Amino acid sequence: MKNKAMSAAILAGAVATAVAGLSATAPAHAQAKEKCYGVSLKGQNDCKAGAGTTCAGTSTVDYQGNAWTLVPKGTCVSMDLPDGRKGSLTELDRDLPEA
Amino acid sequence: MNASEFSPRVSADTFGRALWDPAAETPTGLVGPDGKTAPKRFNVYRNNVVASLSEALEQSFPAVGRLLGEDYFKALARAFVAEHPPRSPVLMWYGAEFGGFIERFPPLQAYPYLADVARVEWAWLEAYHSADALPLDPAEIGAVAPDEIGNIRFEKHPASCVFRSEWPIWDLVRANRFDPDANIEIDLEKPQSVLITRPELEVELMLLRPGGDVFLSALFDGGTLAEAAAAASSQVEEFSLSDTLSDCLANGVFTTLVKA
Repeated sequence: MKNKAMSAAILAGAVATAVAGLSATAPAHAQAKEKCYGVSLKGQNDCKAGAGTTCAGTSTVDYQGNAWTLVPKGTCVSMDLPDGRKGSLTELDRDLPEA
Repeated sequence: MNASEFSPRVSADTFGRALWDPAAETPTGLVGPDGKTAPKRFNVYRNNVVASLSEALEQSFPAVGRLLGEDYFKALARAFVAEHPPRSPVLMWYGAEFGGFIERFPPLQAYPYLADVARVEWAWLEAYHSADALPLDPAEIGAVAPDEIGNIRFEKHPASCVFRSEWPIWDLVRANRFDPDANIEIDLEKPQSVLITRPELEVELMLLRPGGDVFLSALFDGGTLAEAAAAASSQVEEFSLSDTLSDCLANGVFTTLVKA
């Protein structure tokens, strides 16, 4: 069987192609998400991750301040919501369900 | 009300054994407010334990649930629970052995791919709960001198995982969990391997290109880039180093580049 070990030049070429291809398209973190509080409609908040962690879809009021949704990075605080509300990267004390 | 009313009349051991055997009698000393043994109350409690563990499995293995249907899954979950009492108080870690259990479960022998569906769902859960880490910046590898590139190694991101399967695992989990509305045709003759990563907050699942599993397993075992590339290209004719490496860098498979 012929030796398939790659020469340094072929290896370096392949790596250069891979890296160049990445910078040509969007960088990996361009599609990154952030947790955004106070923007989800009731019952549509994220966070479910298997057994024992069920809180997805448990928010009970629209734009509930302590419920979050994943949104594209950088868009959370600039999102326009009704009545001058803004999203937040930390928990908010507005629009909480009545105790 | 005095404290002695709550003093234990039943040992944890006796209680635990009776809890796990639906035919076992209510342990003597387990009494209701009237002071008499309370079998009905105990049965409610015993049933809740099994029901909550079955529900935990339903939530961690939705693709298996969809493939089997609700009734079958419930029955399977109960059979599993009976054999596998939880070993951790953390409910999200219940079900690690579910894949192996399915593989050995006699009535499911005609569906040999099911066990891998369960295992990949478990791998997804592990990736979700693994430690956060910043992925390697592709520019770092671009800055390595050409004569050094073969000798570099990588440290794997805590969430990264290669899952190799004899079955079309990528198509199976997309059709039954991640992309249920896409019209995916499943060809059971087509083995697939998937890459699981979590570069930031969300778990990513992607199909590995040919030889990608060999390449990444070699790197995860501490091999150099040259060794991993040689292993993959000698075992798999169509292996493309640039395409596979590009997928890895774009999806945060590594955290650190280590020079020799």
